[in-house]
Amino acid sequence: MAERSFKSEVAKLRLGAGKEFRGEGILAVTKALLQAGVSYVSGYQGAPISHLVDVLADADDVLRELGIRFEASANEAAAAAALAASINYPLRGAATFKSTVGTNVASDALANLASSGVTGGALIIVGEDYGEGSSIMQERSHAFAMKSQIWLLDPRPNLPSIVRAVEAGFELSEASNTPVMLELRIRACHVYGSFVARDNARAAFTLKDALENPARDVNRIVLPPASYLQEREKVEKRWPAAVRFIEQHKLNETFKGDADDIGIVMQGGMYNTVLRSLEILGLADVFGASRVPLYVLNVTYPLIDAELVGFCAGKKAVLIIEEGQPEFIEQAVNTILRRADVTTRVEGKGVLPMAGEYTGAVIKEGLRKFIAAYRPDLLGNGIAVAALVGQDDRVAKARQSVAGHVHGRPPSFCTGCPERPIFAAMKLVERELGPHHVSCDIGCHLFSILPPFNLGNSTMGYGLGGAGASAFNAAGGKRAIALVGDGGFWHNGLASSVGNAVFNKSDNVLIVVDNGYAAATGGQDVPSSAADNAMRATKNPIEKAVRGVGVDWVRTITRTYDVGRMRDVLKEALTTAVKGPKVIIAQSECMLNKERRVRPLMRKRLQGGERVVRERFGVDPDTCTGDHSCIRLSGCPSLTLAPNPDPLRREPVTKVVNSCVGCGLCGEVAHAAVLCPSFYRASIIANPTAWDRLKHKVRSAVIGALQRRIDARLAAA
Amino acid sequence: MNARAQSPRPITIAVVALGGEGGGVLADWIVDLAQHGGYLAQATSVPGVAQRTGATVYYVELFAKAAADTAGREPVLALMPVPGDVDIVLASELMEAARAVERGFVTPDKTLLIASTHRVFAMTEKIALADGRADAAALLSACREAARELRAFDMAALAEATGSVLSAVLFGALAGSAALPFARPAFEAAIRRGQVGVERSLAAFAAGFEAARADQAPLPAPALMGDPARAAPAAIRDLVERAAREFSGETRAVVLAGIERLTDYQDPAYAREFLARLAPVQEIERQRGDDSGALLAETARQLALAMAYEDTVRVAELKIRSSRFARVREEVRIEDGQILEIAEFFHPRTQEIADTLPAPLGDWLMRTPWARRLVDRATRKGKVVKTTSVGGFLLLYTLAKLKRLRRRSLRFAAEQAALAKWLDLVAATARADYPLAVQVARMRGLVKGYGDTHARGEAKFGTLAALIPRLRGRSDAAATLDTLIKAALADEDGQALDKAMAGLSAAEPMSKASSMLPRACG
Repeated sequence: MAERSFKSEVAKLRLGAGKEFRGEGILAVTKALLQAGVSYVSGYQGAPISHLVDVLADADDVLRELGIRFEASANEAAAAAALAASINYPLRGAATFKSTVGTNVASDALANLASSGVTGGALIIVGEDYGEGSSIMQERSHAFAMKSQIWLLDPRPNLPSIVRAVEAGFELSEASNTPVMLELRIRACHVYGSFVARDNARAAFTLKDALENPARDVNRIVLPPASYLQEREKVEKRWPAAVRFIEQHKLNETFKGDADDIGIVMQGGMYNTVLRSLEILGLADVFGASRVPLYVLNVTYPLIDAELVGFCAGKKAVLIIEEGQPEFIEQAVNTILRRADVTTRVEGKGVLPMAGEYTGAVIKEGLRKFIAAYRPDLLGNGIAVAALVGQDDRVAKARQSVAGHVHGRPPSFCTGCPERPIFAAMKLVERELGPHHVSCDIGCHLFSILPPFNLGNSTMGYGLGGAGASAFNAAGGKRAIALVGDGGFWHNGLASSVGNAVFNKSDNVLIVVDNGYAAATGGQDVPSSAADNAMRATKNPIEKAVRGVGVDWVRTITRTYDVGRMRDVLKEALTTAVKGPKVIIAQSECMLNKERRVRPLMRKRLQGGERVVRERFGVDPDTCTGDHSCIRLSGCPSLTLAPNPDPLRREPVTKVVNSCVGCGLCGEVAHAAVLCPSFYRASIIANPTAWDRLKHKVRSAVIGALQRRIDARLAAA
Repeated sequence: MNARAQSPRPITIAVVALGGEGGGVLADWIVDLAQHGGYLAQATSVPGVAQRTGATVYYVELFAKAAADTAGREPVLALMPVPGDVDIVLASELMEAARAVERGFVTPDKTLLIASTHRVFAMTEKIALADGRADAAALLSACREAARELRAFDMAALAEATGSVLSAVLFGALAGSAALPFARPAFEAAIRRGQVGVERSLAAFAAGFEAARADQAPLPAPALMGDPARAAPAAIRDLVERAAREFSGETRAVVLAGIERLTDYQDPAYAREFLARLAPVQEIERQRGDDSGALLAETARQLALAMAYEDTVRVAELKIRSSRFARVREEVRIEDGQILEIAEFFHPRTQEIADTLPAPLGDWLMRTPWARRLVDRATRKGKVVKTTSVGGFLLLYTLAKLKRLRRRSLRFAAEQAALAKWLDLVAATARADYPLAVQVARMRGLVKGYGDTHARGEAKFGTLAALIPRLRGRSDAAATLDTLIKAALADEDGQALDKAMAGLSAAEPMSKASSMLPRACG
């Protein structure tokens, strides 16, 4: 069950023709898939497309009515492989994942799919995680489209355009027998807007029809000689068919302007930012009427030579606005114009940065440079520039005064996170045994590389933590420590990090962080999740899988907060004479999801008058000396600073704020690291029983009497 | 021709917040408010992993539907804020407001900045060994400098007071600023339509609304500050009067706090010793005759803290007081009819037990392998003591009673010897190099805490103390020691200090000075 419940969003999936759909971009895509009559959808969650997977996971009723199969795939390769259903049958299907990381994993299946070609429309919806908020390496999906010959859609980032791209994508795919990739950037996925819905469509040809009447065409299978035929077919048949379709259906858009000796060619996804920048420069109005002609590539691969030549011919210069590198489009436009003997200057990465997100500020500056070079008359607005001078001074002064005071604030482990004690234990082991090489994986646990833990040397990809340490097996050397989450474990880790270590007789230590969910992507279930899930088979223990592939040394710790035990087991794994991989399964439920699960139950019990005990921690400010060791070993958001109430001390004391969920780590760390006696655990008993009240009465009588004696002595002193 | 001059513009709003703080809810309210008020609304965000406590931006644009209808076209709304083009920035925390300034979202011609002035400290601020907090005044003044208009007050306090969330206070402040073309009831209706925690959200909204209108939060009740000059108990009245007579300014406040602390820690006689120990430094200041008193103030501060060193007895004593119970009740917000239980996390080790024992006995324990092993084994794990149970309370009560034995304990002897040496070092240094002596006094602050923390601080102190004879005579001695103290506080394991020391030796090779202070034990 995912972090967010999408039951209310599911209702929107039923909207009929003419009704207004309001919601996020990625949910609009989901609705568009139903309108396009898909027969199956597969996906692996990850920002920014998690919500597509999550909403379909909650939409069982709707999917059943429409006869749609939804796969919460084990990984992106599995999701992409599901598109094989569209090779032989007129079945529309979609796969979705985060890109480029997911596309990397999926590329084996995608390459086979692209070579085979498709009969039914096959749409790959990728969340292009590039720029602000991204958690992955910065690369372009464009390269995948080019290398496998998959058409790439990059629609303007508004809901009607995105929905149209989904529908056109299926048609293009079918018209050219080629899979189509729909690229959506993070902001487009999360943009809130509206479009007018159409009725959902039930596929005429169903999955059942296909199963009853299997179709086979040996020329659609990737094996010589068919593979050679497929390669020729790609350029001789499928490409021209795609170009025809794109031209005929005007998937790309041209906007005229009066300054027609220059022009701008852009990826569709850049459109809103470009228009706002033009508007600020006084070259467009808010409704998109631009003085500079625009050619908007809603399809960024393939390019349509005739359209480009037609747009550029007769212009002094065009500016290509293409985010990321290498500059595939700019290179291609140069080639196209050169072949057509069009002499228009092509500007692009010369005035815009080669790498990094194209934010409003970046595009505005690039446009200004381009126009200043080719049509400086368009920028003649002396008054506005003068007004900006004094303002720039004030901004510069303000920026200067905060320079160095604004600390970076990267994401971190949540309050009560069960992963934090694992790293606290690693810190304690480091004190005793010195530093070790730590191979990290993908997931929340990768935050270990940041303060306060500063643990981790590399990360190689999802489920590859163990494999990333595989070279480090040297006779007599220290052991390497590798990490993998339960998400990564089931994604790829069982084979690549565990099986691989067994087969190669690795001597390293692998810590499997088993928190019951694919937590970093939004708390989706994985095969080892402890929760019941009517739609999926959960409760498959990781230990069983690990032993199944041949690991003998396995320790399962069922409460990660027991830092002392975590430390001892890790120490044992690092020092034992036993050969072979050592696997530690560190189990405790993701606190974010646990709170979401438990809180409503607690509230209900409280209201029902039942006895409920709430625990939280605190720090006594008069015994805290302001050293903050506890924070360095924990880093919990609930553990913060407060002014020191002691007039003799200057350092702020540690304070536990009320968001504390009482996970117990503070106390365990204080014990295991022999820190300080300032931590206390408060247990707050609501709706106490008669026994509670009696006990309390007796205790209060004894303790109260003794405290009154102390108070009297203090007053007299 | 300027196309922009003739065209209506959207209202641009950036919400800068920390993941999980409710910035998304706030953006949703704004969208809902606008849609019900005749506006088109678009909102975007980049949640991703920023959901996990990282800094993040939500961006909203509003556009009058009437203007779109008149034009017969849909506006093209942006998906991210453009520096210089943001009308309203809503910041859920002070450093995030300053980050918005740094990113250029706040500009003097345009931007109304509505910010909460409370601080949520960044990890790098929290993990400092001493005080790593950013300068809040600098952050706020940058906000004031950059914004067209600033409405800033502590919204976390208002959220807390109303039992609601900060985003509701921010929404109220947005309404109170009258920057949007919607009336208060329209805002409240948006909260009601949200259907979650409506009553409390409305209360928080109202608090934010009023504060933004008045441009200040209602003043919090003044914190109860200990007044050092208040009527002193009879036993130390003469001491207090003497201190009030002999000391002035900051020193007086420190000395009075010291007298009070040490009387509480041990007895009036101990406070008397404090003053006696301070006398030589007092004399140095008197002879020097310049009125700064920096050395006296710093020595008094460090001496009082060092004399009131943290030990098991002190901890036990502080944990069982009724005032402490009351503080905990308040902190965890006990409600009527609820019962509070308090459990402490202690991990006494053999060293601390020996420290508490009378010196000969403690000494014997530390030097007798079998006895030590026995106690080691018994103290391998930490203990959880329930102070609110009769047994737990009595245990701590009895421990606190050991105060009478403190003067004869192993730790006490060691502490007194170390203090005497440090005071001698301060006095000896002061005669030659007063500014250096101030730093030598300050250096004592490195020794603090319990267990390993205390041991590490003591080791660093020992390293620096051994260096003082070498520093004397150098013109930059005080500045050098100041740098070294900062290095000692830069990390836990002393790497930065080692590096700084190595740099020092490289710059000026000197014969290896013998340690003036043997490493104090304790």
